[in-house]
Amino acid sequence: MSVGGSGQKGSLSLADRFGELGAGVYDAWMFVLRFFREAFVPPWHFKELLRQCYMVGYMSLPLISLTGFVTGIVFTKQSRPSLESFGATSWLPSLIAIAVIRALAPLVTALICAGKVGSNIGAELGSMKVSEQIEAMEVSAINPFKYLVVTRTLACTLMIPVLVMYSAFVGLIGSYFNVHANEATSLISYFQDAFSTITFLDLWSSAAKSFVYGFTVGIVGCYKGFRASKGTQGVGLAANSAVVTGMFLVFMEEIVLVQMINWIRFY
Amino acid sequence: MQNQIHSDLPMISIRGLCISFGSLQVLNGIDLDVWKGENMIVLGRSGSGKSVLIKLLAGLLKPDSGSMEMLGKKVETLDSKSLDALRLRLGFSFQSSALYDSMDVGGNLEFPLTMNIKNLSRKEIDLAVDEVLEAVGLQDKKHQMPAELSGGQRKRVGVARTLIMKPEIMLYDEPTGGLDPITSNEINELILEVQERYKTTSIIITHDLTCARNTGNRIAMLLDGKFVRIGTFDEVFDGSDERINGFYAYNFIQ
Ligand SMILES: Nc1ncnc2c1ncn2[C@@H]1O[C@H](COP(=O)(O)OP(=O)(O)OP(=O)(O)O)[C@@H](O)[C@H]1O
Ligand SMILES: [Mg+2]
Repeated sequence: MSVGGSGQKGSLSLADRFGELGAGVYDAWMFVLRFFREAFVPPWHFKELLRQCYMVGYMSLPLISLTGFVTGIVFTKQSRPSLESFGATSWLPSLIAIAVIRALAPLVTALICAGKVGSNIGAELGSMKVSEQIEAMEVSAINPFKYLVVTRTLACTLMIPVLVMYSAFVGLIGSYFNVHANEATSLISYFQDAFSTITFLDLWSSAAKSFVYGFTVGIVGCYKGFRASKGTQGVGLAANSAVVTGMFLVFMEEIVLVQMINWIRFY
Repeated sequence: MQNQIHSDLPMISIRGLCISFGSLQVLNGIDLDVWKGENMIVLGRSGSGKSVLIKLLAGLLKPDSGSMEMLGKKVETLDSKSLDALRLRLGFSFQSSALYDSMDVGGNLEFPLTMNIKNLSRKEIDLAVDEVLEAVGLQDKKHQMPAELSGGQRKRVGVARTLIMKPEIMLYDEPTGGLDPITSNEINELILEVQERYKTTSIIITHDLTCARNTGNRIAMLLDGKFVRIGTFDEVFDGSDERINGFYAYNFIQ
């Protein structure tokens, strides 16, 4: 009876492949449920949680600053010609604000974090798994799920929304650079314009999406790390599939969540 | 060290233990008693299931059938809370040392302590860390990272990390694996010192017959998923069993 997953490959029939896929989904789902069973029961590892918040949040600031800024400025540049043809460039700030806050900031930040944070967690936990460090915690009567998975997943769930807000802010600043260069708008009136069309639902739904993406990036990284197969190759695979699976799930969630938010919006 | 330690109190008692991975039957009916204060050697070829055996004992794997009693507790029936209570009385020294890469040596040593005992003062922690570092002879390595240590030093830190919880049972997985003869000898002496100083009962997994002869009170020979011989070194290597002779000859030709 194996506790970890087995890594057997070979010529499998279609039915076997579906069976394997089903077992994989079931295993992942049990992992997610375990998070909810363990996250709300003491002992809590606050120190490790803080350390992870620092790693996920603070350490991602440079990258998020860059991508947020570039997204804002490029999106403004690209949108300008089409609005210009209607003589409607004064709508730029509110258009950009809607695009950045509703869609771009959450999605771009989540994808960047799936790459940076997800691969980091996948590789770290993968190498801990492969070199028996996770088993070493278990035999020291320390619950590795609580210490490693709960703290990292919570840190992502809490910090990625913060990064999204920050990214939206930096994106609007980036956009302002372009607007200011063309229309000499002041920063204050730019932000007044930008936020004039933003509703409470926009902010709220963007935050809700960010929490979901943050949780996804964290739990996927942890899951892939915990299921890494033996050998150094397993560590690379864990990091890689943490990124691929994380991005895939973020896109899928985006489709579902946008649909749900639109139902609420037009209700 | 050929004297047989025998009290009426087996610290570890295994009966009919079986485990398989898929179609691979690894252990197939293991029986073993280890007495208080005894160092029991487990010998066997690579892949014969030695690591699996002690992982079963520590509750890291679940057996297909059979029973394991450690310190009077049936391991396979324990819930996670009682299993953790039992694990606090065990020391597990991993084949790969399994040091936490992200912490320095001192951090590795105090981790099990601070995670399991709340409200220790800094002074108490340092005292405990220094004591085990001294026991394994690595006082000057407290602030080094595991990546900066040699294989032998990593093994010793791994042992020190288990000693800090004052275990009653030690499980060593190839303590001398991959080490030169002189370092191996130091580890052997460490094992004997731990037995003496901490009054531990141990299972020591090894391929290394020097280690087996020097540190073991008894030897159990694992072959095809079963213990084919259990006894003192001379009893096991009395030349009567062809398969065991091969093991013996190969080890000393090396
Ligand atoms: N989690 C697992 N899943 C599947 N098979 C496993 C697992 N752990 C061990 N095995 C298999 O069980 C057998 C015994 O492995 P084990 O690690 O116990 O060998 P060992 O006797 O310790 O060998 P070595 O001396 O090389 O360390 C091997 O064939 C191994 O492939
Ligand atoms: Mg082994």
